[in-house]
Amino acid sequence: MAMTDQAPEMAVSDEVAIDIQNMNKWYGQFHVLRDIDLTVYRGERIVICGPSGSGKSTLIRCINALEEHQKGSIEVDGTILSSDIKNIDTIRSEVGMVFQHFNLFPHLTILENCTLAPIWVRKIPKKEAEETAMHFLTKVKIPDQANKYPGQLSGGQQQRVAIARSLCMRPRIMLFDEPTSALDPEMIKEVLDTMIELAEEGMTMLCVTHEMGFAQAVANRVIFMDAGQIVEQNEPKEFFNNPQSDRTKLFLSQILGH
Amino acid sequence: MSDTPRNIGAFVRHDQIPESPPPASETGIVGWVRQNLFSNVFNSILTLLALYFIYNLMADFLPWFFGGVWRAESIRDCRDILDGARGGCFAVLSERWHQLIFGIAYPQEAYWRPLLAFVLLFVAAAPVLFSDLNRKLLGFTAIYPFLAFWLIWGGTILNPVFGFLGFVVAYIVFDRLSHISFAISAIGGVVGAIVTWFVGGMIAAAVPELLALEAVPSRDMGGFMLNMILGTVCVSLSVPIGILLALGRQSDMPIIKIICVVFIEFVRGVPLITLLFVANVVLAYFLPPGTNFDLILRVIIMITFFSAAYIAEVIRGGLAALPRGQYEAADSLGLDYPQAMRLIILPQALKISIPGIVNVAVGLFKDTTLVSIISMFDLVGVIRGPILASTEWNGVYWELWGFAALLFFVVCFGISQYSQWLERKLATDHR
Repeated sequence: MAMTDQAPEMAVSDEVAIDIQNMNKWYGQFHVLRDIDLTVYRGERIVICGPSGSGKSTLIRCINALEEHQKGSIEVDGTILSSDIKNIDTIRSEVGMVFQHFNLFPHLTILENCTLAPIWVRKIPKKEAEETAMHFLTKVKIPDQANKYPGQLSGGQQQRVAIARSLCMRPRIMLFDEPTSALDPEMIKEVLDTMIELAEEGMTMLCVTHEMGFAQAVANRVIFMDAGQIVEQNEPKEFFNNPQSDRTKLFLSQILGH
Repeated sequence: MSDTPRNIGAFVRHDQIPESPPPASETGIVGWVRQNLFSNVFNSILTLLALYFIYNLMADFLPWFFGGVWRAESIRDCRDILDGARGGCFAVLSERWHQLIFGIAYPQEAYWRPLLAFVLLFVAAAPVLFSDLNRKLLGFTAIYPFLAFWLIWGGTILNPVFGFLGFVVAYIVFDRLSHISFAISAIGGVVGAIVTWFVGGMIAAAVPELLALEAVPSRDMGGFMLNMILGTVCVSLSVPIGILLALGRQSDMPIIKIICVVFIEFVRGVPLITLLFVANVVLAYFLPPGTNFDLILRVIIMITFFSAAYIAEVIRGGLAALPRGQYEAADSLGLDYPQAMRLIILPQALKISIPGIVNVAVGLFKDTTLVSIISMFDLVGVIRGPILASTEWNGVYWELWGFAALLFFVVCFGISQYSQWLERKLATDHR
């Protein structure tokens, strides 16, 4: 992995990509997200970490409306998220998402997985969609698997296909929900390499992960969440070397101390 | 502790062990027999007992079957020919063949029409059952129901033509209006179809002789043909209705959900035979006097409702078996609800549901014999009524019921084999 001690200098513009204001969410009586305020600028690479159950996955799933928030506002690319279906579908087609368990479509080939949404949502001709798909499959280094089914691929390969599938929609923002947590150690690197490459191209990324090496290498901001709140955020160097809150210190000592 | 490696037994392999065939006792017929039939004393005894049982069964059955009489006038005639020898009286099958297949009243000279419809059924079903075939054949599949109706029931060709045109008009209107809203275009489509059918009905009534086949009323349908008609129509209608009910049951819209749940739970909670009695007798009270609502149509509606409710529950199981992630992945790519269902969810849910759907389909096909209770002369009705009650064939049970069982078995076994082939073909998950 192209790891350096310092986050590389990558362009972060003043343009706002995601603006979350005072967002709250409940599951029944359980208050999962509390007063979340987060502004993401275009080109930012944000890593969100925290103990399990802290609401970090829920937070990024609210951004593309896989989860509904009950209070506050979320604005993605200038579109305010409402319960209007058209509105939600617009945002979803602009925001790519990669899941912990890949969620490839097992009844379709790799190529069909990648071309399905461009053909049906973007109304791109099949041939053109296939060319785009091959382009991105080449980028994630598995063009030779295009005609296989997801079940025939290793976990790492499947996750790279999932990334390519999202990229085929030409999203402006990518959300990663623990993309390496379900992978064997040998396969984590190949997925992280793909994500680093993507970051270097200037993609706006929000990534829930426990890969602190990745955070140090590419993130320009690390957010620590606990009990549904953002507890601390900082640039990675400061965050790791000089954590402020006790909760962060404890968390870092637990995940780095083994 | 000593630091010599002696106790660990350090070891490094440098060469690959070559593959070799399994020992001879594991392969071949002798190996198989030894392993499966005579592996120990108890199994050997069981094997011998089973062989003895099979021998006795065959010693009884084979002479009866091969010594059977195929040409005779009546059961007494049969006994005279057999003259005390063992043999079945299969003459009833050859003598009453037409009744068994077409029922008692279907006109003789028109037998070719249902036969042709039966042969064409395979052509029409092929592109639906085998997706590798040319998709253009689906055009014939769309025409087939109307063609088969014309062949079997006869009458002017205008009836089925306008029946078909009604659907075409409905589709065109729906397509033209679909940019406004789903509800308006759906209502428009229904209105378009009804208008076409109404106008078409008047035109057809005006020229009843145009390209007309001899009309055969529904009460003259019978024999195995009636079972086939009911089975084919009800299976092909109840699968799509079942899918809609299953999706409706999962709907976020409370009214649709309640309608689907009540329908499914009510229909599942009632025996099919009561529904058939309702179709036969009670429904007439609810209809305006003088309306002639075809009995076969009423029965088709009831059986379809019945099996659609079961299929809906089977498909609900398939939908529930899909991981949440599939819905989320479809959503996150921006697919809308119809696209997500058609492209992602249903293909997988239906694949999981194949054994259950086939179970319902096979059961439904056999349940079509229940119409004999409401005095329709399907295969069972024909055997029970006109044949066994006749003086010539009173008492020929084994041959007739064996034949009926064989016919149903062939069809049901065929459906079952097809479904297993389909499951293997769709197995892409490589678990």
